[in-house]
This record gives sequence, C-alpha cells and structure tokens, in this order.
Amino acid sequence: MIGGLFIYNHKGEVLISRVYLSYSDSAAVHYGLPRPGLFSWRNAVDAFRVNVIHARQQVRSPVTNIARTSFFHVKRSNIWLAAVTKQNVNAAMVFEFLYKMCDVMTAYFGKISEENIKNNFVLIYELLDEILDFGYPQNSETGALKTFITQQGIKSQTKEEQSQITSQVTGQIGWRREGIKYRRNELFLDVLESVNLLMSPQGQVLSAHVSGRVVMKSYLSGMPECKFGMNDKIVIDKQGKGGTADDAGKSGKQSIAIDDCTFHQCVRLSKFDSERSISFIPPDGEYELMRYRTTKDIILPFRVIPLVREVGRTKLEVKVVIKSNFKPSLLAQKIEVRIPTPLNTSGVQVICMKGKAKYKASENAIVWKIKRMAGMKESQISAEIELLPTNDKKKWARPPISMNFEVPFAPSGLKVRYLKVFEPKLNYSDHDVIKWVRYIGRSGIYETRC
Amino acid sequence: MTDSKYFTTNKKGEIFELKAELNNEKKEKRKEAVKKVIAAMTVGKDVSSLFPDVVNCMQTDNLELKKLVYLYLMNYAKSQPDMAIMAVNSFVKDCEDPNPLIRALAVRTMGCIRVDKITEYLCEPLRKCLKDEDPYVRKTAAVCVAKLHDINAQMVEDQGFLDSLRDLIADSNPMVVANAVAALSEISESHPNSNLLDLNPQNINKLLTALNECTEWGQIFILDCLSNYNPKDEREAQSICERVTPRLSHANSAVVLSAVKVLMKFLELLPKDSDYYGTLLKKLSPPLVTLLSGEPEVQYVALRNINLIVQKRPEILKQEIKVFFVKYNDPIYVKLEKLDIMIRLASQANIAQVLAELKEYATEVDVDFVRKAVRAIGRCAIKVEQSAERCVSTLLDLIQTKVNYVVQEAIVVIRDIFRKYPNKYESIIATLCENLDSLDEPDARAAMIWIVGEYAERIDNADELLESFLEGFHDESTQVQLTLLTAIVKLFLKKPSETQELVQQVLSLATQDSDNPDLRDRGYIYWRLLSTDPVTAKEVVLSEKPLISEETDLIEPTLLDELICHIGSLASVYHKPPNAFVEGSHGIHQHSADQFAIMKQYFSVLQVWLPATKAKGLEIAGTFSRRQGHMYMDMTFINKALQHMTDFAIQFNKNSFGVIPTTPLPIHTPLMPNQSIDISLPLSTIGPVMKMDPLNNLQVAVKNIIDVFYFSCLIPLNIFFVEDGKMERQVFLVTWKDIPNENELQYQIKECHLNADTVSGKLQNNNIFTIAKRNVEGQDMLYQSLKLTNGIWILAELRIQPGNPNYTVTNPFFSTDIVFAAHIARSE
Repeated sequence: MIGGLFIYNHKGEVLISRVYLSYSDSAAVHYGLPRPGLFSWRNAVDAFRVNVIHARQQVRSPVTNIARTSFFHVKRSNIWLAAVTKQNVNAAMVFEFLYKMCDVMTAYFGKISEENIKNNFVLIYELLDEILDFGYPQNSETGALKTFITQQGIKSQTKEEQSQITSQVTGQIGWRREGIKYRRNELFLDVLESVNLLMSPQGQVLSAHVSGRVVMKSYLSGMPECKFGMNDKIVIDKQGKGGTADDAGKSGKQSIAIDDCTFHQCVRLSKFDSERSISFIPPDGEYELMRYRTTKDIILPFRVIPLVREVGRTKLEVKVVIKSNFKPSLLAQKIEVRIPTPLNTSGVQVICMKGKAKYKASENAIVWKIKRMAGMKESQISAEIELLPTNDKKKWARPPISMNFEVPFAPSGLKVRYLKVFEPKLNYSDHDVIKWVRYIGRSGIYETRC
Repeated sequence: MTDSKYFTTNKKGEIFELKAELNNEKKEKRKEAVKKVIAAMTVGKDVSSLFPDVVNCMQTDNLELKKLVYLYLMNYAKSQPDMAIMAVNSFVKDCEDPNPLIRALAVRTMGCIRVDKITEYLCEPLRKCLKDEDPYVRKTAAVCVAKLHDINAQMVEDQGFLDSLRDLIADSNPMVVANAVAALSEISESHPNSNLLDLNPQNINKLLTALNECTEWGQIFILDCLSNYNPKDEREAQSICERVTPRLSHANSAVVLSAVKVLMKFLELLPKDSDYYGTLLKKLSPPLVTLLSGEPEVQYVALRNINLIVQKRPEILKQEIKVFFVKYNDPIYVKLEKLDIMIRLASQANIAQVLAELKEYATEVDVDFVRKAVRAIGRCAIKVEQSAERCVSTLLDLIQTKVNYVVQEAIVVIRDIFRKYPNKYESIIATLCENLDSLDEPDARAAMIWIVGEYAERIDNADELLESFLEGFHDESTQVQLTLLTAIVKLFLKKPSETQELVQQVLSLATQDSDNPDLRDRGYIYWRLLSTDPVTAKEVVLSEKPLISEETDLIEPTLLDELICHIGSLASVYHKPPNAFVEGSHGIHQHSADQFAIMKQYFSVLQVWLPATKAKGLEIAGTFSRRQGHMYMDMTFINKALQHMTDFAIQFNKNSFGVIPTTPLPIHTPLMPNQSIDISLPLSTIGPVMKMDPLNNLQVAVKNIIDVFYFSCLIPLNIFFVEDGKMERQVFLVTWKDIPNENELQYQIKECHLNADTVSGKLQNNNIFTIAKRNVEGQDMLYQSLKLTNGIWILAELRIQPGNPNYTVTNPFFSTDIVFAAHIARSE
C-alpha cells in the first residue's frame, strides 16, 4: 500500500511528511526473502525533489519510478502531493486518494497553498491519521470527519455522541449523521453541463460530447429517502409503451440517450443496475449526485466558421463568424472567442461587429468578448495580422480557435422529471419540500480547427 | 491564531527553550510547545533529545495534545527504544478507555511504533480490540494486525491473530470486513504459498454483501481480493459478475477499474456463445470511456489499462475511437497514450478519420508526440491495406514541410511500408532522394540506404547516392555501416558492370579497416559469396523476403494475461509484471487453478549479470525460472548509454545441461537511452553438452549494435527439475538400497523454521516430490525424488527435528556436484 506521503512546496521543501512503512526491517526478512539494498526515506524524498520537482523537462508521467520506488504525484497550484510506495499498489486508488485528500483539505481550510498548509499542519496530520491508516484509505467523507475532527479540538462528548460518531464513520450511511433538523425543508438541483466540441475547419464535427453533473444542495430533516428521475431514454422507453405521445410534441425531444453515468456513493448502485432507478439518502449540504456523458443529439450552442488566409510571408488575414444555435428567447452569456496568433506576430488590427476584441501579445491570441447574445444570431470579427519575417523552419502549429460561453439550458437535452422525498419518521411529506431546479450549460473544450 | 509561527523559530538554544516550555505548568503552554516540536520534526530537525519531556505530556485528557504526542512517538520511538517503554502504560490504559475514539487511537498508534519491546505489550490490548463492541475500534485493530505483521510476523502467527482476522471477514460491519480483507491481502503478499484468505463460496458471499455497503475504499479492497478468486464453474462466475457489475457506475475510478479487473478475469470462464457474455462485454465499454473525463492522472492510469484491454479484447472499444482523439490541452503523457490506442483501434471503418487526426498531430510542437504521430501513420498503412495509398501521400505531404525530424521519421516508416507492399510505391523514391542531405539520424540514414539498395535498378544514380555515404563510412553507426554494405552488394548484383569498384571499396572498408566483428563477418560472407558463385549470390541476396507482419508493439500474450490480472495496479501502468519493479517479489498471489495458468515460481530477484560499466552502457539483470514445464531466462535490458541500441542477439557457450535458447532475443524495437525492456527467453536442453565448473555455470554472449559482450551466470538447478520427477515408491526403495554408501553425502541446512508439511509443499512447487514420510524418534523423515532434464534421478532423505531449525539431508548421489541442487531448491 502507500508507504509514505509527502507534501512539498514549489522549491521542493517538505511541508508534511508521513511515513507508514520502513521498507527495511520487515516480514520479508523473517521468511528469508532477499531485500537487496538499503532503503532510506530521506533518499526517496530527495529523489523526488531532484527528479520531478526540479526536473528540467516537462513532466512526462504522473507516476515516476526511481530506484525501484514508485512516486505518484498531483499538483495543486504550486504545491506537490506525492505518495510513495515500493509495492504493486492499486494506482487508480492512490490518485483517487490524493484527489480526495485535496478535497478534504479544501473543505477544512480553503485553498491549498503553502501558507494554508503551514497554518494547519497539526490539523493535516490529524486528518491524515484518520483517513490513511497504514497506507490504507479509510472513510474520507468530510461530512463524517467534521463530526469529530474539528479545529477547535474535541469537546467532551457524551457516550451516545461518541458511539454515534463511530457508527457513522464505519456505518452503511457514512455520509450523513442522524438528527439533522431544518425548519424549512428545501433542496436545490443544479444540472451543470459542459459541452465539448472538436470541429474541422470545414464544419465537420470530429467529436462532441456533453459531460454533465447533477449537483444537489439538500437541507432536509432526518434521514430522507430520495428518488431522482430524469428523461433517461431507457426509463422512458420502458414506461413509454402505455404512455402518451403528447410529451414528445411538447418538449421537442422527450428523452435522451445517456452513454454512461456514475454516482455519488450514497446511490444504491445495485438498484440502478437492476431497475435503473436512482434512489439514495443524500448527504447534508452540497454534493455531486451524479455525473453523466452523452454523445447523441447534442445541441451545439455555437458554430464557429474560421477563414485564415496567408498573404505573402508576413501577413495573415483572419475572419471568424460565430452563429448562435438555440431559441431566440434565450440569452447566452460570457462569450469569449480566442483566436491564436503566430509567435512572430508584430501587430494586429481587429474589427468586430459586436463586443470587444483585443490582441494579447503575452497569450499569443486575439481575445474577442461578447457579454450577451441571443439565439439564432450571427456575429463576425476580422483581423489582419502582421508577421515578422523569420527563418525559423518550423511551421506554426495553428492551434485551434477555442470558445467559452454559458447558456441557460442543458445542451444534452436532459430534463429533471422529479425528485421525490420520503421521510417516514418525521412529519413532512414530499409536497412540503421546496425544490429548485436550474440548468446551466458551459463550454468545456470547444474548439474549431482553422 | 495559525500554526505557521511554529515553523519560524530558528534561533540557537531552541531545544533548551522547548524543554522548558514542555515542562510548563499550564496545559495550553505545553500544547503550544509540542506543536513547535512537531513543526521542527517536519522540517527535518532532530528533536529526539526532547523525548522524555514530550512523553511526560502524554498523560492528558486533551485529545488534541494526546494526538500530537503520539505523532512524535511514532517518529522517534525507534531511535529511543528504552524510553519508549515509558509510554507503554499510557497506551495500555488508553486501550481500555470508555471512549471508542481513544481506544482506536491508542491501538492505531501502538502499531506504528516499531520497537520490539513495545510490540510485546501490544498483543493483549490488540486481542481485546479485535473483539471490541465498537466497529470503529475493530476496523482499526484489523489494520493493526497488518502493522504488527510487518514488524514481527512470527508473533502474529504465534498469537493467532491471523485467525482473528479471518473471523472478522464475517463481521456485521462492512468497513471492518473491508479492512480485514485489506490486512489479509497485505500479509499474504509476504507470505509465500499460504492460503491466508481462504476464499470459498461462503466467504465470497460475505464479501459481495459487504461490497454493497462499505466505503469506496473498502469496495476497492474487496474487489481486488475477489479478482484472486477462482470460481468453481461458470454459474458461480456469472453470479459474481452480476453482483460486481453495478460497481461500474461508481464515481470513484479505482472502484470502476477494480470491477473491470474482476469482470475481465471472469469473462474467460463464461461460455462465449451465451447471451450474458455478450451483455457483459457491452457493459464494459461505457465506464471505460467515462474514465477519460476524469482528472489527467487518472486518465493516464485508465489509458494504460485500456491499452491492455484493447489488446486482449479489441471488440469492447472498437466503436469508440473518437474518444481517444487528442485534445490540444491534454498533458503530453495523455496524448502519447491516446495515440497508441488510436493505432490499435484503427480499422478500415475509421481509417479516414484517424488519418485526418494523425496528420493534424504531425504539425504539433512536442517533438516526441510529432514523431509518434508520423510513425502512427506508417503503422496505419501497414495495418489497413486499403489506406496504404492515402498514408503514403500524407507522408509525402509531411516530407514537403521540410521539418527535419518529421522528414526523418517519415522516411523510416516509408521503408517499412515498402517492406509490406513491395513494388508498389517506388514512384515516390525520387521525392525521398531529394531529402538525402537533411538526414542526420542513423535510423533515417539506414532506412534511406536500404530503400536505395532494394530498388537500385530503378534509381538511375543509385551508385552515386550510395557512394556519397561511403565517404564517411567509419564515422557512421554500425547500423548504417551494415545497411550500406548490404545495399551496395545488392546494387552490384543488379548492375554489375558499373559498380565493381564501389563494391570492392565497401568490402575492403568492412573487412580490412573495421574492427567490428559483425561487420567483418558479414563483409567476408558477401565477399566469398560474390567471388565463388555470383549466380548463387544473386539468388541468396536478392531473393524474396517475407512480408512484415501487421501488428507491431503487441505485448507478449502470457505477459498480457498476467497484466490483465493486475488491472488498475502499478503493474498495469508500467506494463511490467510486478516482479520487475518490486523488490523480492515473492508475493505472487496464489491462483490455485489459475485460468490463465500464469503460476510462476519465482526463483529470486533479478541479479545484475552484466553491469553497464563493462558493456558500454548496456546493463543486463536476470534470473531463471521454470513455468508450466518450460524453462525461461527472464532478463531486463537497460540502456544506460547515450545512444540507442538495436540488433540484439544472444548465444550460449556449450554447457553441462545443453541449454540453448529456442528463439532469438525478442527485442524488435530499438532500445532508447534510459529505457529498459523485460524479456523472457524460452530455453531448451537439446544443445551441445560440455561439463562446466561449477556444473551450473552458463557462459553467455550478447551482442548489440555497439559491440559483443560476455558474461557468465549460474543456473539454479531447480529449473532442470522436471514435472514427472515423482518416483514410484517401490522403485525408490530398490534404488535407494542399491546406492553404495560411499556415494552418500550428508549435510545440514541451517536456520529453517518450517515444519515437515510446509517443507514438502514448498519442495513440491519446485518439482521435488515427497515419496514417503515417516516419524522416527520424534524426527520427521522425508524421502524425496527429483528428475533432471537429462534423465538423471536424484534421491534424498530429509530429517527434521521439531524445534531444531537445522535439517539434515542425506543424498546418496551419483555425482557429488549435484548436492548443490537440493540446497538451491531449499532456499526458495
């Protein structure tokens, strides 16, 4: 398992170090097995600093093997988290754990920075002690951890409280404690989608997919049993035999094909597998209920039409048209088109019909921003780019034109059909719960080659 | 108030001040002081001298302070074992505390203190905690058993903790079950040949129930453990698969990958024509694709695994090629992996799209990536015949860009296209020849020379072109020299009248002026061939060559099967078996009747046979093994030189057992600087025999483009022990009696703490069979036989006295040299 865990700053100084295995005097000796070479943690710590943090080249792999020791790392701003092992560990688990550790730290003290880590080092050791025992990840749900690891120190608990904590940490519903009460039972559902596109210069869709998340904020009393429903094609088709044809006419597209989805650990996966119903007891507060991916019948909110012409060796003419492709009554926001320019650009002149455009030399790009744009509209930018003559043989790689935007609908066509809440023990019913649903579609990697 | 101030005190006398603060009357002050000590410890200062003062702070109700002191103890107890004893009482007391959080904390910390004296005191509290009423304490105690095992394995066995751990598999709390599984898996890794986990249908059922209820991490432990189980029939396999499949929708990618591992393994057991088999295959694809929307590091792990899955079962992802298209902002490690998978999935149906993508990539910035993209175009041409023409024209376009490394890479792949489709695309040779001057890498130069030689009759100025290379003959790399020699000989055979002088020149350069043995040998071969019989020479040199195969870079099937069993783990990321990167990897799990039959008996870790300093940068480490009745020489080649290495070959000197390799060295791609390759060379014993001293000595010659190197190594005799070495009881008796006493040999094996049954089991794994066992005056006597590949039988008597770690072996032997055998086998 994970033999040791280190947090480094950008200079390669160790801020946090936790070692679980010594890798020198171990059971192997007892069984007469060979253990060639002496292992020293100090050397391992240095090896990572020299070979990864201070490496001249760009990092070629998130897993590095130095002297038969494997280093896994993730980087958050300029902080490096490294897990070290000499065994054949579950690699996916180690990375998932490192992500989880970042989440936990963020939940406790905000941004992961050198200052915050130094300010909270005792807390970090305490958390580590709890979530990683002998290199084995343990319950790492912040909701549960916060019941007994607090920055104020533990207040003396009654016996009931203590056993409630331990049963929550180890129990089947590790993500929620009992006895939560709200005067107003309320829940918020956000359907957040990012739509990804790669288009050829000729307007052919090379790949497109939506990766969506359903984020839920729940403020519900007791241990509520929830059931979530959406216009999943498989479910609709199953029910659809006796259903009305009306629905289809109303919403244009009645159901969507979901390629795959994953769920928060509160969702009963075996139930989803057998009945395709999504039922769960939610954590308290905000969490991500599910993630999904669709590739069929995606509404692409914008179309980018590029035209690049090389005029001689020292000039480029670029014209880009964007067309919005959704209901005229809806408004897209925060639109940004980024047109890359060659490294040897000396000057740029831009004219755009709408919004503002600027050449940013430091980013090697023309950035065109439009605050708002309604559906079924069109806008255009043209630019003349002056180039310095170079004798560089390498051709300019022509990076794709990328786009950012936000639209108030789900490009996948996903619709929430219901979210039912049952709490048999308390006296509130599904109707008493105030529910809010919101759809936001954002650009993921939305690129058009030119 | 923040903690960062603790990092700043740095003046002299710090330790002294801390000491005073640690002994302050106020609790708050003491806590502050301990925090400072921990901060100093973290940045690497030695604060071990404060040990007694810190331990004094341990007696407190304040949990935060207690945790800090424990943290300190874990770090320094080892260096101050005598003083660590001072802490024992507190620990033992805390293990009885009414608060379960404190009980768990105490048992967790005690396990981390690696001091023998403390471990003795740990046993009683641990035993209690394993049966604690609170699941939180039990789950912590389960992990503690693994900790204790790492410190003192014998004690864990003697105290019966392994049984307690096994009992916990039936615990009512899912997290306790998961931790017990994790601890048992960890222990069994250092416990060769044990069947610790004892997976039976009943236990499997318990695990599957816990799987639905425990934390994401617990699910991983359980799934990884399930993958080692061998279902007894297809019905059981299917029912386990059905219960594992829902895990594919988990948000944690490690849960998904571990579930994929179980399913991929059990798929082998399902009948291929069943409906369920098809359904399961279909279910595997979407989750694998979803893994690619995770963070880059997990994407990387997923891609390395998908690379294996695609080779094992291409049908799963054949429709999904688009998701492997490279995004502009992907980290380079993700890009390179995606490219690899794209080529594997390329087919007639999608080749147009793939080619358009590859052409796009070939104009990117990262040199490695661009080169790989160009190579990929060539591989597509070779793989999908219909696309060859389009690929060639794409490559020509790329050559027109004149970007140096693109041109060179393109020429190398065009050569391979010619080898696959001879006499089809010669029209482009003229374009290639235009770029002759810009080629400065040996690979590209050699490729170009090969093309010129092969098609000499169609190139008007072939002689001029080749002559231009000849000028700097001695500065060229061996690879280029060899190709040039062959190319000019081909040219001569095709156009003898004009090129007589040229061929003379190259033959004398190769034979008289070169000290490279390969070059000389080949030079002489050609020379003699040409001078004796030009007609035969033509037949030999210009004969048709077999076409090159379609798929390259495939992982060898047995290795692939092994790696599939390790999906999600580091082995699957490195594409190497665990023993290639884990020290003393004895820890091969027992797959009792493994469907992949990858049961290997590892003899030992790799030994360095040829150090890099003695072989111009080539390092060879290796070992011998016997698997499924065949012998193998497992070696790792590491290139520590600055140039790449090609043209590997291996040869053995005559040896006592007639060992020879049955295949050439399976190294087909150049070994780049700082790269290593693991190979498994199958051996047989049908070669020439010569008695060596010692008997098991093997002299080996390895050649590469740089030079020829020699080393010798010792073959462990147990790889010669054949599977049918069990002698009939009667025959054994007769033979034993027939052997004259003077041939008998006796010696002792020291310090072996195993009982007769385990010994017998271990020996049997190495094809040393126990014929009979009897007990004489409290001593266990084992009678054993084994047979060598050359048909020689060896008999032995093993006397084991309980309590006495020294064994006595009597070998009534034919040849004293072979005494060695039993000894070596014993060390397994």
